[in-house]
Amino acid sequence: MAAALISVPKQAKRGDIIEIKALTSHIMETGYRRTAAGDLVPRDIITSFACRYNGREIFRADLFPAIAANPFFSFFTVANESGKFEFEWIGDNGYSNTASAAITIL
Amino acid sequence: MHHRERTSRRHFIALAGGAAFAGTVQLRPAKATPAMLASAIRNVVGEAPVRVGKVKLDIPPLVENGNTVPMTVSVESPMTEQDHVKSIHVFNEKNPQPNIGNFYLGPWAGRAQVATRIRLADSQKVVAIAQLADGSFWSASADVVVTLAACTEEG
Repeated sequence: MAAALISVPKQAKRGDIIEIKALTSHIMETGYRRTAAGDLVPRDIITSFACRYNGREIFRADLFPAIAANPFFSFFTVANESGKFEFEWIGDNGYSNTASAAITIL
Repeated sequence: MHHRERTSRRHFIALAGGAAFAGTVQLRPAKATPAMLASAIRNVVGEAPVRVGKVKLDIPPLVENGNTVPMTVSVESPMTEQDHVKSIHVFNEKNPQPNIGNFYLGPWAGRAQVATRIRLADSQKVVAIAQLADGSFWSASADVVVTLAACTEEG
């Protein structure tokens, strides 16, 4: 299971717009590169990323080979209740990774 | 009977030609052409008009390394239930594939802004298109000069 780095504020005031950042380590092999011998390196990318806030999907991304290795995303949401952010990455060759972070509303 | 034979021969030649063409494409992956860019955009927007404006595409105009190019797309929107950004789609002109990413958001985002890091195989135009709650599409584009290309170099 690859390492994921998540940045979510630990605390926020109700109604604050907060930034969420997520990064996971992944080669994101495009499927267009060749080895020195001329063989095509098969595609191995993350195809989907999603973030849920207390079970509700607040952000989703479809990824293509043009997303750089170790995919990084930053996006925003309105903090309205204490709870949990869950992150999920899905990709080629059965790749799957999850992470989560808690937030407290003051 | 004779006619049928000729048809099948022609069919065979067409098939062989197609196979040869496919072979060439495989040897040297075709780059996304502006026509592919246009059709990738059509796949998302359909027949709807795409207007320039509301979208801001932040990307360096000159990058040394095409393997990781920071990019931020933001859209002018109050992000209310009635008026918000539903999705943001980013495309390129000259990578092997015209799509870069699709991002789905909603009024709960508060701010219509997404950032990521992308790959650019060549100096080219990058296009960001946002779909609003009313179904309209807005876009911005930026030209990027890349000194070290990504994607297709030897691994």
